Amino acid sequence: MKLKAGPELPKAPTGIQGLDEITLGGLPKGRPTLVCGGAGCGKTLLGVEFLVRGAVQFDEPGVCISFEETVRDLAMNVSSLGFDLEKLQRTKKLVIDHIYIDKSEIAETGEYDLEGLFIRLNAAIDSIGAKRVLLDTPEALFAGLSDTGILRSELRRLFGWLKEKGVTAVITGERGDGTLTRHGLEEYVSDCVILLDHRVPWVDPRYFRTRVPVTSLALTHDAPNERISTGIPELDDMFGGKGYFRGSSVLVTGTAGTGKTSMGAHFLDAACRRGEKAIFFAFEESPQQIMRNMRSIGIDLGRWVKKGLLHIHAAKPSAFGLEMHLVRMHHLLAEHNPKAVVIDPISGLLPGGSEYDVTALVLRIVDFLKQTGATGFFSSLSAADDLQATSLNISSLVDTWILLRNIESNGERNRVLYVLKSRGMAHSNQIREFLMTSDGVRLRDVYLGAGGVLTGSARVAREADDQRQETQRQQENRERQLAVKVSLRSLEAQIAALQAEKDARENELAAVIGESETQKTMVLAEQDAIRRSRGMMIKSPGRNQRPNGREGKA
Amino acid sequence: MKPAKPAKAKNRAKIAPTLPHYDLRLYVAGQTPRSLQALSNLKRICEEHLTGHYRVEVIDLLKKPQLAAGDQILAIPTLVRAIPKPARKIIGDLSNTERVLVGLDLRSVG
Repeated sequence: MKLKAGPELPKAPTGIQGLDEITLGGLPKGRPTLVCGGAGCGKTLLGVEFLVRGAVQFDEPGVCISFEETVRDLAMNVSSLGFDLEKLQRTKKLVIDHIYIDKSEIAETGEYDLEGLFIRLNAAIDSIGAKRVLLDTPEALFAGLSDTGILRSELRRLFGWLKEKGVTAVITGERGDGTLTRHGLEEYVSDCVILLDHRVPWVDPRYFRTRVPVTSLALTHDAPNERISTGIPELDDMFGGKGYFRGSSVLVTGTAGTGKTSMGAHFLDAACRRGEKAIFFAFEESPQQIMRNMRSIGIDLGRWVKKGLLHIHAAKPSAFGLEMHLVRMHHLLAEHNPKAVVIDPISGLLPGGSEYDVTALVLRIVDFLKQTGATGFFSSLSAADDLQATSLNISSLVDTWILLRNIESNGERNRVLYVLKSRGMAHSNQIREFLMTSDGVRLRDVYLGAGGVLTGSARVAREADDQRQETQRQQENRERQLAVKVSLRSLEAQIAALQAEKDARENELAAVIGESETQKTMVLAEQDAIRRSRGMMIKSPGRNQRPNGREGKA
Repeated sequence: MKPAKPAKAKNRAKIAPTLPHYDLRLYVAGQTPRSLQALSNLKRICEEHLTGHYRVEVIDLLKKPQLAAGDQILAIPTLVRAIPKPARKIIGDLSNTERVLVGLDLRSVG
């Protein structure tokens, strides 16, 4: 894109995303702008979009003078972009006139001018108070009129006239050999020149009807703090229990069969469960194939398709050129306005262009998704020996990068997952084993043993080993408990026996004491009887005066 | 402009009994010298070669711009041979009579 215009000029916004940004607000207001480029690079489309958006968004009606295509063809060509030219004409927002010259039915003799063109243009502008004009492509007149001298001076007069009229004009011109336009129109229209270039390998230019998906320059997209589930609870845990940032872009790289598509399906499933719209761009499998395969791991994408939440858009990478893929994606994204987008795999586009082109394409998609606030999920197939180098060099463009890989050991192949980076959030640095079950993808902690990472059956064996040890430990414990209980019980029995003996002794002691008292009483009674028999009253002596031989024994 | 029909019946029969009727329209934009030049050239040619077999309508696009689209008028002045079909156009001030006659398919007749 080339631009010759000062920033202080009043601008007429084109409404075309990206173009308004690089032109700092639009085309120079009230002046003619030349849009030139090779065949099929979208000159007419740019012009028509300029008119349509002017009429719809900026309340500036427009006049289109087509020198090449008929009004009907023009309307059909842009209807695929959602522009309804007929309605705009009915509502007096747009006038389209087709001007052509059939050389076979025209003879030239003597002097003439193109006043007829001026009159028609003037009448069209005045009929709806047009502020914008598209001339597409006036150079076609050179094919119909032989006096190029007249034509040149008349075109020069026309551009001056447009300026005087105060309309913002877009004049398209076919790119010439070594010049911007075939007949050197740039000499007359120097207010603003936009050069369109495109690199589309083997695309029929007639099909290439695009809205000029210019990458926007501003790095100002919103960064929402909202987090959305990855669809896999364990993976959510790896991102602090919450999942991806909404509006971020996620790249999953891995070798063949590591589960990239399944992760994408989980992500879509989670989005649809939240009731959000989603689009699946598949470049390897057909929609039916994807739905069948995902059913095998318990994800029913079919019901979301039926509900209209999910669109699966499958296309062979080789079906179109890269630009066409991008254009179709743009259209679908604009049409459905999804919140979750999966492109599987992005590396599938590589056959359609060079790596550089694909990287640029990804950049544009990432950019577009960020602006619409959609979360993007891209899978990329990586070569087995080059795991961390994404062949597309897009890892720096994405916010979260997950790596899936196969680990081969003990005669089996197991999948593991790493989070290589995730901007702006705490994320686990652990390797997890990635299991595909009939109930979806599950992540398991792997064993990090002396021999390295243990996965699959090695992990299972280790787990079984642990289980066995635990069981054994519990068994031993139970036995020890039992032994202690037994000894306790025997102690209790001994205590009971001793208690019984103690009781017996106490009884015996009581009996002995009782016996002693009885004897003492009997002795006293005996002595009393003796003293009475001697006839004298005596005091009874102290009990302890007479030692008792048994006292003290127990 | 009023149609020019000065020819008499006996002349018409004598000069060209097979000559068809010509319906001509001259598109101009105001009374510019070039337009006036074209009109006088046209009148002269018609009188000489189409006596009594033609009708000329002069259309001023400054007054009726909406008529320009119908005949795809771009250049001024433009002479349109509406009848006989197919339509032919001659642009310019009609100063070269030979080319006008060729353009009107009159060369063989005249």
